[in-house]
Amino acid sequence: MISALVASDFATPHVDYHALAPEIVLGVGICLLIVLDLFLAESRKWLVSTVAGLILLGAVLPVVTLGVIGSDVRSMFDGRYVIDNFSLVLKALFLLSGYVVVLMSSRDTEERTPYQGEYYTLLLTSIMGMVMMASARDLVSVFVALEFLSIPAYMLAAWRKRDSKSNEAGMKYFLLGVFASAVMLYGMSLLYGVTGSTRLVDIGQAVTGTDHLVGVQVLGIVFVIVGFAFKVSAVPFHTWAPDVYQGAPTPITAFLSVASKAAGFVALSLLVFLAFPAAKSVYEPFLWVLAAVTITVGNLLALKQKNIVRMLAYSSVSQGGFILMPLAVAGTGDARTSLRAVVVYLIIYAATNLGAFAVVMAVSRKTHSGEIASYGGLFNYAPGLAAVMTLFLASLAGIPPFGGWYAKFGAFKAVLEARTGAAYTLAVIAAVNTVVSAAYYITLMREMWMKPAPDGDESPVRVPRNLVAALVITGVATLAFGVLPGFSGYGAITGLAGAFGR
Amino acid sequence: MIAVAVTSTWYLVLAAVLFGIGLAGVMIRRNPLIMFMCIELMLNAVNLSFVTLANHLGDIGGQTTVLFVMVVAAAEVVVGLGIIVAILRRRPGATADDLSELKG
Repeated sequence: MISALVASDFATPHVDYHALAPEIVLGVGICLLIVLDLFLAESRKWLVSTVAGLILLGAVLPVVTLGVIGSDVRSMFDGRYVIDNFSLVLKALFLLSGYVVVLMSSRDTEERTPYQGEYYTLLLTSIMGMVMMASARDLVSVFVALEFLSIPAYMLAAWRKRDSKSNEAGMKYFLLGVFASAVMLYGMSLLYGVTGSTRLVDIGQAVTGTDHLVGVQVLGIVFVIVGFAFKVSAVPFHTWAPDVYQGAPTPITAFLSVASKAAGFVALSLLVFLAFPAAKSVYEPFLWVLAAVTITVGNLLALKQKNIVRMLAYSSVSQGGFILMPLAVAGTGDARTSLRAVVVYLIIYAATNLGAFAVVMAVSRKTHSGEIASYGGLFNYAPGLAAVMTLFLASLAGIPPFGGWYAKFGAFKAVLEARTGAAYTLAVIAAVNTVVSAAYYITLMREMWMKPAPDGDESPVRVPRNLVAALVITGVATLAFGVLPGFSGYGAITGLAGAFGR
Repeated sequence: MIAVAVTSTWYLVLAAVLFGIGLAGVMIRRNPLIMFMCIELMLNAVNLSFVTLANHLGDIGGQTTVLFVMVVAAAEVVVGLGIIVAILRRRPGATADDLSELKG
């Protein structure tokens, strides 16, 4: 047995350490964080959040050097783990939005939980899973990355263990998340059975010819997409999202609604563009329906919400539908335009939504309430917060000249370029919904600018420095992406994201 | 005695049936612990399916996948039981329907 192993032609795989540097920095950093937490006195625990932020920024460095050095594709493990421009852009997105979440968390966790070390360790672990997802090009690595990012997120959602709402959020997220993984895995096993490989590119070559797609292939594709539809909370698989967003600690809500969702979309685009390019007759109608229903139902349910976190939750469900839109025409339209639209939307949506949740956190420090009515009079006692919140809401609604407008423009452009009846119908549905969505964003704006404070208390809100930093980063990003879509660097980034390496 | 050769198809059908039982269990049962067990059943149906297909194709990829699935399922059990215990400690005998503080 052993001699057979020795005699086999096993060759040590080539490992490109520079390409793996972000993952290595994160991995070593996570271990350091655990050890550091052990030896810190209770009064100095604030160091943990600082170090966690530094680790994330440290992991961005190699991403930048890789991007500067060149656009060649670095492929490892027989093409199962690939660092190309697409993955670099998304790694930077995951790490930076993780950094903003750390900034948002620091004061909140200091005041509310004695388990700071564990909190940041789990947060960093989840980000590591996302970073791996951007490079995964194999069913197994996609699955492992997905679980790597989900399992810590289940624990973070249930973080306030004495709060029954947080418990309930964790439980719902866990059961539905694992259920979705099981459905997705069954789909993967079927795909493996009909194609004989777990590599996405090989699957893409085996699933060919729209006329002789066998039933098992169709079943496999549908199951895998359903699994990820849960992750990106597409209607009708969205029911967990508002409950989990409301019950989880607010920084974690921001994290789930942005980074976790983005990771789901990354996996979905990997599958659509690499594994199913020839199966557009299967995935396009399916994603078309998902996109149309997600945008519409998300919006209609957001209209009647009284709690701001639930309103933002349904708004993020509906925004997810806009990101599904380019994927629904990925086969008939131009694949590069579609992929670019998805990536640009993810980047801008991340900046905007994180910012909106940062404002929610800042305001709730004073009002201790999540009701939309409690935002009355915000402009009088906190004009700065009211102004940035208006910026984020306008961006989410897609009003020019803010970032969200440019993101929606890209999504519509990708859909219209497909030039089919179905694509035009989808664009019309989305356009109508953009108008509907403005209604609930403007309701909140009116509350902030025109109504008086509900209890007459107009003492100013004290915003901690970390939260100010998070607001500045997200606010500047939201504004810059909209006002200067062509500024140097950004155009290059969107161009970079246009192609997959093999 | 009727001798029937047990082919890959039998195992695949068994996997599909196990997956269906697990799926139905998650939908019907309301005890969180049992729902979780049904999800584990679904995961094991996936494992059976992977192993059978790997054997049928003569490819090692499917068998490797099973190892990953098993490790991940073990990690999920740890986290899931932790969350379920945290809930049941506060509210003994709670079912999934009782967990309805968050809705709308």
